[in-house]
Amino acid sequence: MSVQTDASTTLDVRALGVTAVNRALRALPDGASATLIEVRGAHNLGVGLFNNITITINGNTGYYVAGLCDGPDFVINGSVGWGVGENLMSGVVRVRGNASESTAATAHGGLVIVEGDASSRAAISLKGGSLAVAGNVGHMSAFMAQAGTVLVGGDAGDSLGDSLYEAVIYVGGTIRSLGADARTEELTDADITKVRDMCQAANFDHINADTVTKVVSARALYHFDALKDQRY
Amino acid sequence: MVLDHADSSSLRESATFPTEMISHVQSMARTGRYEIRGWGAKRHVPSFDDLTFITASLSRYPLEGYRERCETKTVLGNRFASKPLELDIPITIAGMSFGSLSAAAKDSLGRAATAVGTSTTTGDGGMTQEERRSSKLLVYQCLPSRYGFNPEHLRMADAIEVVVGQGAKPGGGGMLLGQKVSDRVAGMRTLPTGVDQRSASRHPDWTGPDDLTIKIGELREATNWEKPIYVKFGATRVANDVKLAIAAGADVVVVDGMQGGTGATQDVFIEHTGIPTLPAVRLAAEAIREVGMTGKVQLIVSGGIRTGADIAKALALGADAVSIGVASLIALGCNSAFYESDGEQIDVTAGYTALGTAPGFCHECQSGACPVGITTQDPELSKRLDPELGALRLTNYLKALTMELTTLARACGKNDVHHLEPEDLVALTIEAAAMAKVPLAGTSWIPGQSF
Ligand code: SF4
Repeated sequence: MSVQTDASTTLDVRALGVTAVNRALRALPDGASATLIEVRGAHNLGVGLFNNITITINGNTGYYVAGLCDGPDFVINGSVGWGVGENLMSGVVRVRGNASESTAATAHGGLVIVEGDASSRAAISLKGGSLAVAGNVGHMSAFMAQAGTVLVGGDAGDSLGDSLYEAVIYVGGTIRSLGADARTEELTDADITKVRDMCQAANFDHINADTVTKVVSARALYHFDALKDQRY
Repeated sequence: MVLDHADSSSLRESATFPTEMISHVQSMARTGRYEIRGWGAKRHVPSFDDLTFITASLSRYPLEGYRERCETKTVLGNRFASKPLELDIPITIAGMSFGSLSAAAKDSLGRAATAVGTSTTTGDGGMTQEERRSSKLLVYQCLPSRYGFNPEHLRMADAIEVVVGQGAKPGGGGMLLGQKVSDRVAGMRTLPTGVDQRSASRHPDWTGPDDLTIKIGELREATNWEKPIYVKFGATRVANDVKLAIAAGADVVVVDGMQGGTGATQDVFIEHTGIPTLPAVRLAAEAIREVGMTGKVQLIVSGGIRTGADIAKALALGADAVSIGVASLIALGCNSAFYESDGEQIDVTAGYTALGTAPGFCHECQSGACPVGITTQDPELSKRLDPELGALRLTNYLKALTMELTTLARACGKNDVHHLEPEDLVALTIEAAAMAKVPLAGTSWIPGQSF
């Protein structure tokens, strides 16, 4: 198989349709790259891919861009709809604009970067992946997040980290309110290193790793006991 | 308790507070919380038992019971999927998680389903290698929790079931109590070992039917439009939900009635939510017909299916297939007083007693201490279920169900079980007549349709 690592395929979403674009992406050899044009808010672009390719998307996308992927890297030159990088297993997904709801929902691995803001339920049910948002995140972010890391450069909305399990959240700005069973914790050196590493990976230079607020689970809901007046 | 001076016939039980309700109230007073248990609704609700077949006689003639062929083949998912599921029988195994069930139990279900040419289903905990290996046809569930959800497993599946809810707890999320969250279960679900796991009741990345359309589109794109996509929900607003699921692009709708089982759910949900399977089938079939999708979108019905008669009645009312959960566990040995090892029957009544129950009455799947080793993660208890023996028993049961089904179909003069129709049925109670929309036996009266 001849692998042309420097050749980039251009795919016109409007002309080809989503299914043909996804099939073309799936057929690319490892190391290849592709650019998607005429995107016009299309849903389900670049989903379920396993090849190690680089995909550039020029324009705003609809729901689930880069969802269910285990391999490719994405750069989206635009804003994205719900569930960008949903259930991501590996790879880096960079959104140059803003993201709608449920960014990186249930991501098991990989890194989703949002250079703008992310709406509510960012990192919901996160399962080991990482999310870095340069700006703000909406309410109920990191709801039931089980594992992984969330870094928010700006402010977090209401009920941050509600019903958290073992995921860790770092917030550069203010937190409007914490959700049930979420609590803040002192930063350790390891946390500071982790935030620095994430900033470097995300290419963020506006976050001071020494002053972020760390949010973790209070673990008071790990065991069901109504007599302790749990907020179930 | 010995009552020396009271003649037991003079004791008067309250209809409002029978002994069972008294102990329920006292239990809540003691613990400050609701009861969490396994199985489905235990109280009486109108069911397929309230219907009977008006089989062939002079006006219609039957097929020869043991000679003439009666087709049971069932195709699911031929609307959009390029690889629909072809089942030899219209009886599938419902989704039950590894976590709720032991790996050996999941393995037994897969082997038995494969032996009779039908499908089995994953559950709220991801796909195990054992069940993928043993199941020729495996339906992969996409649940709100997305525990262990993996695009690789999506590709390995034969069909995908988007679970909106289940009959035991429509509107509620899953539960798995800490005693069952073993290292392996916790690892698969990315949870700390031993936590009382609560799963979400809403999907994390979509809400409502319009979003579901896009979600189904995503799953199709990710699997190259090959695999059938089912949408499963608990029976509540059945007509609307069926129509919305079809509009969202489902190939198959799965409707789980209120008798549907669970591994662990609040008793208040199990007994007080949803509608019985009987009206649910009729409503779902009607909804499919109303949107012109009969034969294009298939209907699977579940919730309290036990016999070939239940299956025949469900099919007659418009289901294309049924799903069994609790019944399949009973076939494996659930609620049996003993388990078998090397041909010997080993009594486990004490195990039931320790759970405060007895063989025949158990619904303690949430405890993790299943006396027959089915719904447990305890390695010692798990050994009580020999997966090969379990598979054999379930295979026998599935074959017997199919024989009962075809016997009834032949007697109705049908050479294909899918030809059973509402006209083959009458109701024994007014409730069942109204719910199934078939006439009350001996009359032409269908409540709500005529006077
Ligand atoms: S015997 Fe086991 S599977 Fe059956 S109800 Fe009891 S605990 Fe559940």
